[in-house]
Amino acid sequence: MLISNMEVVPGKKIVRHLGLVQGSTVRAKHAGRDIMAGLKNIFGGELKGYTELLHDSREESMERLQRQAEALGANAVINVRFSTSSIAAGASEIFVYGTAVVVEDR
Amino acid sequence: MELIVFLVLLALGYFFGRMAESRHYRRIHKREKAYRRLLVMPQRIPPIDFARHDSTLVMGSVVISVDYFKTVAAGLRTLFGGRVGAYETLLDRARREAVLRMQEDAKRHGADAIYNLKFETSRISQNAGNALGSVEVLAYGTALLPTPDMRAERIANAERTA
Repeated sequence: MLISNMEVVPGKKIVRHLGLVQGSTVRAKHAGRDIMAGLKNIFGGELKGYTELLHDSREESMERLQRQAEALGANAVINVRFSTSSIAAGASEIFVYGTAVVVEDR
Repeated sequence: MELIVFLVLLALGYFFGRMAESRHYRRIHKREKAYRRLLVMPQRIPPIDFARHDSTLVMGSVVISVDYFKTVAAGLRTLFGGRVGAYETLLDRARREAVLRMQEDAKRHGADAIYNLKFETSRISQNAGNALGSVEVLAYGTALLPTPDMRAERIANAERTA
């Protein structure tokens, strides 16, 4: 499936709009990683564990978005946007949304 | 006793934080040079030259933590107001790292350019309270990939000129 954050697709023509599709995940990190992160807050540097965690949850919400788009019979999702919010201490929500469309070769 | 702990933490934060920062900046400069050929543009619509390209979403993200020295320095700064240099470099590092990772992702796809670059910044604070714990920066955009026909044509052209 074609995923893009532009509102047009180069070389393709949008033949049908199928509306908004979205996917979201809420993830929490485990306590062990939190202790490591606490230490890192003293020394500085990248928190690889968190980078990975957020990356994985983003992949998962993208998968959900794609499944929704497939169910609608779309072959592309355009105008994709991400949004992250930390809803509680130690948990964050990753939200991704876009427009499901049917595209054809021009 | 508390003062000693505070000073030790401050010193640790200062030395390790600086070390991490300068090491990170060196890595950033090196990779930025290597990826200079891969265009990253914030324009929403690519020019007509890319009208026949395939496209796909690419992204890169990074979580960077503050160090203890930065937290204290920024805390003092908020008393007097003004530029908070400690956080500026932190965000700068995170943004540039995220863009580089996005470019790496695009390179894996064999992209010619990335258009419609967007940033998304969020704060992760577990036990930092009101202060900044760490920041996450996500950079994403649409990578324009040459179609298989274009690739074949390019190879043919290269062979002809060789």
